[in-house]
Amino acid sequence: MERVIVCVKPVPDPKVWDRLRMDPVTKTLIREGIPSVINPLDRHALEAALAIKDVSGAEVVLLSMAPRDARPVLREALAMGADRAVLLSDKAFAGSDTLATALILTEAIRRIGPFDLICCGNYTLDGSTAQVPSQIAEFLGIPNIMHVAHMELEQDKRMVVTQKIEQGYVKLAAEPPLLLSFTKKANKPRFLSFLEILAAEKREISTWTNTDLNLDESRIGLGGSPTKMADMLLREKGRQGLRLEGSPEEIAHQLANKIRQLGFI
Amino acid sequence: MDFKLGEREELLRKSTREFAESEITPRIEAMEKTGEFPMDLLKPMAKLGITGLIAPPEYEGLGLGYLARTIVLEELSRVCAAIPMGMQVHHMAIAALNDFGTEAQKKKYIPPLSRGETMGCVAVTEPSGGSDVLGMQSSAELKGDKYILNGRKCWITNSHTSDYWIVIARTGEGPKGLSAFIVDKDAPGAKPGREEHKFGLRGANTGELVMDNCEIPKDNLLGQEGGGLGVALKTVSESGRTGMAAVALGILQACYEEAAKYASERVLYGKPIAALQAISFYVAEIYTQLDICRLLCYRASWMKDQNMRFDTESAIAKSYTCEAAAQCAKKAIEIYGANGITLEYKVQRLLRDAMVTISAGGTGEIGKVVVGRAALAPFQKKG
Repeated sequence: MERVIVCVKPVPDPKVWDRLRMDPVTKTLIREGIPSVINPLDRHALEAALAIKDVSGAEVVLLSMAPRDARPVLREALAMGADRAVLLSDKAFAGSDTLATALILTEAIRRIGPFDLICCGNYTLDGSTAQVPSQIAEFLGIPNIMHVAHMELEQDKRMVVTQKIEQGYVKLAAEPPLLLSFTKKANKPRFLSFLEILAAEKREISTWTNTDLNLDESRIGLGGSPTKMADMLLREKGRQGLRLEGSPEEIAHQLANKIRQLGFI
Repeated sequence: MDFKLGEREELLRKSTREFAESEITPRIEAMEKTGEFPMDLLKPMAKLGITGLIAPPEYEGLGLGYLARTIVLEELSRVCAAIPMGMQVHHMAIAALNDFGTEAQKKKYIPPLSRGETMGCVAVTEPSGGSDVLGMQSSAELKGDKYILNGRKCWITNSHTSDYWIVIARTGEGPKGLSAFIVDKDAPGAKPGREEHKFGLRGANTGELVMDNCEIPKDNLLGQEGGGLGVALKTVSESGRTGMAAVALGILQACYEEAAKYASERVLYGKPIAALQAISFYVAEIYTQLDICRLLCYRASWMKDQNMRFDTESAIAKSYTCEAAAQCAKKAIEIYGANGITLEYKVQRLLRDAMVTISAGGTGEIGKVVVGRAALAPFQKKG
């Protein structure tokens, strides 16, 4: 393989999700003071790409659509072992829904040039739609295998991919170019070695705007997105105490009724 | 002045934290039980870059500085202080070889230490005491093309896990009668002696080194004959004290996290105990000590990276941080109430580990002697 492109997205650090707040007017998350991390499943996608690089010497290119302050997140992904990164950052991209995002990413992939494989996380923690990978594959006219739980690279670029489905697993053979979206079962992402951290300092992060992609602005950004969000709610979390009294048998009945009443069974 | 860490340091911290949490945490219980350093961790630690952190790239190291080392040791210690205790002494051996070794010695010994294939230690302390360096009795005598070493070293970290020992022994009288040597553990007459059973830093190996007519090649003299005091003082003061301070700093960070977490979760009188001002003050005191110590430790390491003299600053960082770690561990235990004294919770380990750091690498009092000398110097009359 010669080139593997990995789509990565900075998302709010799940460790501090209890600090996340929503702007009641704009219905968007207030990200100020919330550190960003690489979307956890994207690390598995990157690990898969790096495993291919280890055996075939393929170039691993990171692709991310994010604000410019996402550079440290890309630097971290570079320190895992990727060769270079492309950051898509432009006000025109802001507010894009999954379709517009996929369109922007697809155009950037075309601009990066020929590739054998695109690796994505199965979904991102913030949006959780899991739509973008399939939309990119559709735009590019290449096969997409979702829910990848295992990947093997055979000779002549043939790949054997194990896909998790509801009833179990399906083993599929595929040939590049294709797009794979990975689950956390696929591999164990490597630690950032200190040597790679030093090497990543010299690796390039290019920033592309819509001037580079030249996409019709009516198809991107908030205005170009067909999805309109009706509302967004933060789930209220809290604890409620309930004291049950009576004999052990009565308490057991009360408890069972309560559980049924709450709809858990 | 800039107190902000760079992207590199932040990534080193993140990488070490992830490694420590995932690879070291599952090993703690066994370390606490057996008191043994998990040697199989050496390879993954080498792969990450911990073993060769400060070794120059020409000897297969990473050439990262002391600030980077402090951050890495701190992060390891946040999870388990015994591991960085072993590593910081391993670094001391590398530093001694790099500072005083001949080109041939550096080429022979540093690369395998960097690659984590071998482990090193520095042996100064003797049964007669560690603080009284000049009181040491181990001897080295040149006979033909060999030195014959006799004596016993004690309280040596990595004593039983090291392949190479940097040993200080007496070749003559007075301060200029000390010399440093590289002793291969397999040299005739060299053997580890008793292993200590400590109540803290359980997973760090500590014990005796015995040299009974131990024969080493003449070429294993490290530095000049008579230059051993310089080797000991520079190594202990620079890599030893900053390393020890970093271990204590990680313990302090753990004290803060454990204390703040428990205070926020434990409910009494219908509210988390953090709402009680007395408890919040305890957490505030731990947090303040952590901040003070972090600044002291980072400054000392940064000064080393700038090639500045920093023996006073490293002594302040070491004495203050180790003492603060023990005090804060005690406070954290008090926040836990009775739970704090059970082996089930981490805080008791923090106190046990912190106590061991106080006397290791130069006692708190020796640190104060160094600081006192520097503090009084501008006011003392000459002659």
